[in-house]
Amino acid sequence: MSAAITGCQVEPSRVQHDTVTGPAIVVRALEREFGERKALAGVSFEVREGEIFGLLGPNGGGKTTLFRILATLLPPTRGTAAILGHDVVADPAAVRRAIGVVFQATSTDKKLTSLENLIYQGHMYGMSGAPLRKRAMELLERFGVADRAGEYCEKLSGGLRRRVEIAKGLLHGPKVLLLDEPSAGLDPGARRELREVLEGLKKDGTTVLLTTHFMEEGAMADRVAILDRGLIVALGKPESLCAESGTDVVSIRSRDPGKLRDAIAAKFQAPVSLLDGQLRVERSRGHEFVPQLVESFPGQVEAVTVAKPTLEDVFVRKTGRSFVEEPAPAAPKKGH
Amino acid sequence: MLLPAFSLAKRELVRFFRQRGRVIGALATPVMFWLIMGSGIGRSFAGEGGDYLKYAFAGTTTMILLFTSIFASISIIEDRREGFLQSVLASPAPRASIVLGKVLGGTALGFVQAFPFLLLAPTVGLPLTAIGLAAGAASLALTSFFLSSVGFFFAWRSESVAGFHGIMNVVLMPMWLISGALFPLDGARSWMGYAMRANPLTYGLSALKSAIIPGAHEPFRMATSFAVIACCAAGAFVACSVSVKGDKA
Repeated sequence: MSAAITGCQVEPSRVQHDTVTGPAIVVRALEREFGERKALAGVSFEVREGEIFGLLGPNGGGKTTLFRILATLLPPTRGTAAILGHDVVADPAAVRRAIGVVFQATSTDKKLTSLENLIYQGHMYGMSGAPLRKRAMELLERFGVADRAGEYCEKLSGGLRRRVEIAKGLLHGPKVLLLDEPSAGLDPGARRELREVLEGLKKDGTTVLLTTHFMEEGAMADRVAILDRGLIVALGKPESLCAESGTDVVSIRSRDPGKLRDAIAAKFQAPVSLLDGQLRVERSRGHEFVPQLVESFPGQVEAVTVAKPTLEDVFVRKTGRSFVEEPAPAAPKKGH
Repeated sequence: MLLPAFSLAKRELVRFFRQRGRVIGALATPVMFWLIMGSGIGRSFAGEGGDYLKYAFAGTTTMILLFTSIFASISIIEDRREGFLQSVLASPAPRASIVLGKVLGGTALGFVQAFPFLLLAPTVGLPLTAIGLAAGAASLALTSFFLSSVGFFFAWRSESVAGFHGIMNVVLMPMWLISGALFPLDGARSWMGYAMRANPLTYGLSALKSAIIPGAHEPFRMATSFAVIACCAAGAFVACSVSVKGDKA
């Protein structure tokens, strides 16, 4: 079976392993309904072993539902999902042994120390005694929390606590790590550190699936799937997705954007979108377009920027909607 | 199977002793209730040939167990969707051992709070004997296990703490009220008598009274009380396990 889902070119990823292995995660035609609402409306993709795979999309796009299904905490309505060959519905115990899960909400007990949290976690995986303690200290060391190992988790900053969460998820040495919104609530410094942690995991050959609603974060994944309204609207390497259209994105600020939009559309025969008060035009040679634009509409253009498309632009192109403005759906999942 | 269970149970105890407010609240509330009710009603109550402080002593001990199981159950609701319990549920620990861990944790919490209270028995003229204390402790453990299981059963099905409060008011509190904690079975109207006999907690409390009150006029033999509360505790635990196992979500 082929992994290609969308028109995106999927190139072979960088050399990581000497052996060719099957996909780590296989999701086929996955659907999940909450009453009337379809949180997932038929999603299929594969995650290769050793790759960092990003699930991107606005809140309510279906990321968390998909995450919970993969973590065996929510059954799908239809379709299948398997991790390292184990079906999440038929054999949840095998899936649970194979994966590490890091939730968005803190799962560390704030009245326990970092070390204790890891020890308790180890017991759930059948680890115990001196080997468990050694492994726990190793991980705390690796994530730079070792010197705070004896402090209650409630005393740790958000960034440190997130690192303890990740250490917790990695404790039993899973081949696949699922991370739900790992950077949510972190300051920029902590996010940079998180990026380093992910790089380290990649070197170890751990397969990582992470969800995020920060589009720029998708860029650090080997491949991303953009989820919107329960469907994958784009899938591929971030750079391929961004380069797909071969255009530049020209953003224009104007006092009267509505009027200018119609004027530009008429003169240049190009679709112009108005998002967040900015006009947005995709042109293949953006730098040549700018002088024409400014000369054609003297005094109406306040500012112009030309940029290569980002994943956010990919989202806009695929859905016709602004990524940031997407309102949260009225009926969120229970307990999310 | 047992390692996760004991580990989870131990966590409950460790957490408890690290929160001083909880320790004080759990001990002070029942003592306060007992003193207010017992001293207030005092000698207006002519049961069992003593004053009400003495009568309500055993019932207050059960109340401690009840409150503890309610607190423990609330933590299940809070922990399950986001928090510690979520990562436990994503682990390969068997579902039954997770249930056992939470229930044992609640049981142990109830026990460590109710047992010290039991040592106050001499203050109302109840002698402390080694046998009485041992039997009393056994009845506390069984009753605590039963209440923790019942609390777990309802908490697991509750979407919110608010929803659980409803259950608490409709199921758990009345169970205590008609357990013989406030009034004895033999003086109650017949329909109430039936309700009290159908209430598992009545047997737990009766076992405790038989154990610590010399020559207690209990409606059931001590062995019967122990057997009934033990069976109900086991039954409630099985119900929890089945409920969690059947719940794929």
